[in-house]
Amino acid sequence: MIMTETTSILFAGVGGQGIVLTSKILSSALIQAGYDVKMSEVHGMAQRGGSVTTQVRFGKKVFSPIIGKGEADILVAFEKIEAMRYVDYLKLKGKLIANDFKIPSAPIFSAKVKYPRGIFADLEGKVYTKRVHAAEAAKELGNMKVQNIIILGVLAKVLGLNNLDWKSSIKKEVKPEFFDLNLKAFEAGYYM
Amino acid sequence: MKELLSGNEAAARGAFEAGVLVASAYPGTPSTEILENLASYKEVYSEWAPNEKVAVEVVVGASIAGARSIAAMKHVGLNVAADPMFTFSYLGVNGGCVIVTADDPGMHSSQNEQDNRYYARHSKLPLIEPSDSQETKDFMIKSFEISEKFDVPVLFRMTTRLCHSKSIVELGERKEVGVKTYSRNIPKFVATPAACRVHHAELEEKLKKLEEYAQTCDLNTTILNNSDIGVITSGISFQYAREVFGDTVSYLKLGFTFPLPRKLISDFCSKFKTIYVIEELEPYLETEIKAMGINVIGKEKIPLTGELSPQVIRKAFLNEEPQYNKPTPERVVARPPILCAGCPHRGIFFELSKRKDTVITGDIGCYTLGSADPLNAMDTVICMGAGISAAHGFAKAFAKTDRKTKIFGVVGDSTFFHSGITSLIDIVYNKSNVTVIILDNRITGMTGHQENPGTGYTLMGDKTDIIDIEQIVKAIGVKHVSVINPNQLKQVREVLDEYSALEEPSVIIAKYPCALKKLRLEEKQSFNIKPSKYVVDPSKCKKCRMCLKIGCPAISFNEETGSSIDENQCIGCSVCSQVCSFGAITKVGE
Repeated sequence: MIMTETTSILFAGVGGQGIVLTSKILSSALIQAGYDVKMSEVHGMAQRGGSVTTQVRFGKKVFSPIIGKGEADILVAFEKIEAMRYVDYLKLKGKLIANDFKIPSAPIFSAKVKYPRGIFADLEGKVYTKRVHAAEAAKELGNMKVQNIIILGVLAKVLGLNNLDWKSSIKKEVKPEFFDLNLKAFEAGYYM
Repeated sequence: MKELLSGNEAAARGAFEAGVLVASAYPGTPSTEILENLASYKEVYSEWAPNEKVAVEVVVGASIAGARSIAAMKHVGLNVAADPMFTFSYLGVNGGCVIVTADDPGMHSSQNEQDNRYYARHSKLPLIEPSDSQETKDFMIKSFEISEKFDVPVLFRMTTRLCHSKSIVELGERKEVGVKTYSRNIPKFVATPAACRVHHAELEEKLKKLEEYAQTCDLNTTILNNSDIGVITSGISFQYAREVFGDTVSYLKLGFTFPLPRKLISDFCSKFKTIYVIEELEPYLETEIKAMGINVIGKEKIPLTGELSPQVIRKAFLNEEPQYNKPTPERVVARPPILCAGCPHRGIFFELSKRKDTVITGDIGCYTLGSADPLNAMDTVICMGAGISAAHGFAKAFAKTDRKTKIFGVVGDSTFFHSGITSLIDIVYNKSNVTVIILDNRITGMTGHQENPGTGYTLMGDKTDIIDIEQIVKAIGVKHVSVINPNQLKQVREVLDEYSALEEPSVIIAKYPCALKKLRLEEKQSFNIKPSKYVVDPSKCKKCRMCLKIGCPAISFNEETGSSIDENQCIGCSVCSQVCSFGAITKVGE
């Protein structure tokens, strides 16, 4: 894709889905390729099942570490409601990578409201949407926790930067015993 | 070597490179990782203090003894630590001393968004404000030099976006500065009224010299562009302003913001037709600059509340609003934080939620979520310690009426050590009929699992003797003390009933490890924790929704099939099976 001066990527999901690790691998690959990078995350209540975001901005020189509404080039959503919640952060011509995966929140599991239907059809009407079935791919790999790296693989493809060494960044950020699994997950996403 | 570091990692790195020898803090978002990272440098003694006041007093002592020292805390922690800071500023240092305040504009994880820059003015400490990770590291090293050169402690102000944003930092080497010679110096370090009358005058002289220094030091920088507009800003706000205005305005970027370099500011302002002051939260710079007789535009355009962002600046000054697709409201469901599956606080709050005519004063920690739906079992949350002391106040106020409401004060283990002990002394000594519940989950949970005096390990990983909460409570003179397992609801109910009937103070210690804690073998054994799962038998589920009242994220409900438990989330606390009247929830394999 064509890069404006600074590219902004917003990751959104639920505490525990591995968003921070994903952003770290991306940031590490970008730094290695010589970009200026800023990555922002917010800690605290997120661990208690709340909605979580991290933000990565890169380019020749980056000032603000944060992304506002209508400013993201890519929104990477790990969960369907979160994709809808943060769709306003995308530029009108921005790209959405969204995991077709449901995590009910408190009002849903306490049966006060139902999990919304028709999210993808709705999103596709709003923005360019790349739908990812990371859970199925993760199941095939035998570990549901690698959904995040599968999604990273999809992002790598969408970003299309051929100067990034993803393999060595994954190696740097994950435990050695999980490297092979994570590399397989990345490739599964990349060729999805 | 270059690395991507968060502001907190960079602050720790800067302190390390500056030759710091002693570091003390109490965990608090967004400051926690400063000490967690310092602890990885074995050259530095790092510790968790029971509270922020203790942390500052520790580093005051270390500084007077001759070591470079640092204390770190969140903004509200500085309220706790203000007492030693205000007097230490009079006395001055031996080894350099830096106090870090990590403010939380936007209240990502705090109960207020106070702007601690005012503390510098109030306590008369030089104030340093970096704007990214590289500056955080560089300014930290500089802060120690300033502290020693001018004989004052330095206040180092960060904010959430700085603390938790990562940017590229060039690492340097540690410079060992050793421990300076200490010898008794009563006029300097004993804060008697006579000595401090002298010190106050000396401090005013130091501030004059500091202002002179600020005029020329490289912490304040000017970026001149061909423009009619000049922007004065500090901290992360500089990055936001630069993002929005680029090279269309000129900048006076202040990294040293108390005492303010007034001549530098007036010289800068004289070059431009219009001056914007861009700052987050309070009009700290604006008020000072206006007092110099300079007309500036600031808070008339930028909100006093909430976090600043490029977007807010763009709207305020350029009247530009971004274009975007709005989410469809009926397809967005709130995702509030909740007590985790298996959280040991759940049993207590569930039983409290069922009791009529109670007041429950809460405190700061995960257990503040006892106030959330469906438990709603809390009346107040103010600050650390108020869970106990406010209960005492309720009791004394109700005593002036004929109201017989039962009062519970709820506090966590780390919070009890932080500032609950003195509150409990008040309850006992001044006799109020309050039941205090100490939720002892064996860790400081909310901030991400830091050791505390009840856990038996130090920040640096050494084993130490546990401070026993039960013994403290008994030593204070509480006659009715029970240690219970909060996951055993019958036990919880019985002790709540028993203590509600008393006419004197009582304490319940609900002792069970945090559901997320990585347990040591000895903990698994002493609490008899074995991994297990619970499951709903659909044929027995009557769809009564009773199990939903405990607010467990592992349980979900379907009108057709009833309740079900997510096996990936369930850790086998069994609370749901105890509330089910139909025996529909059982342990897997039983």
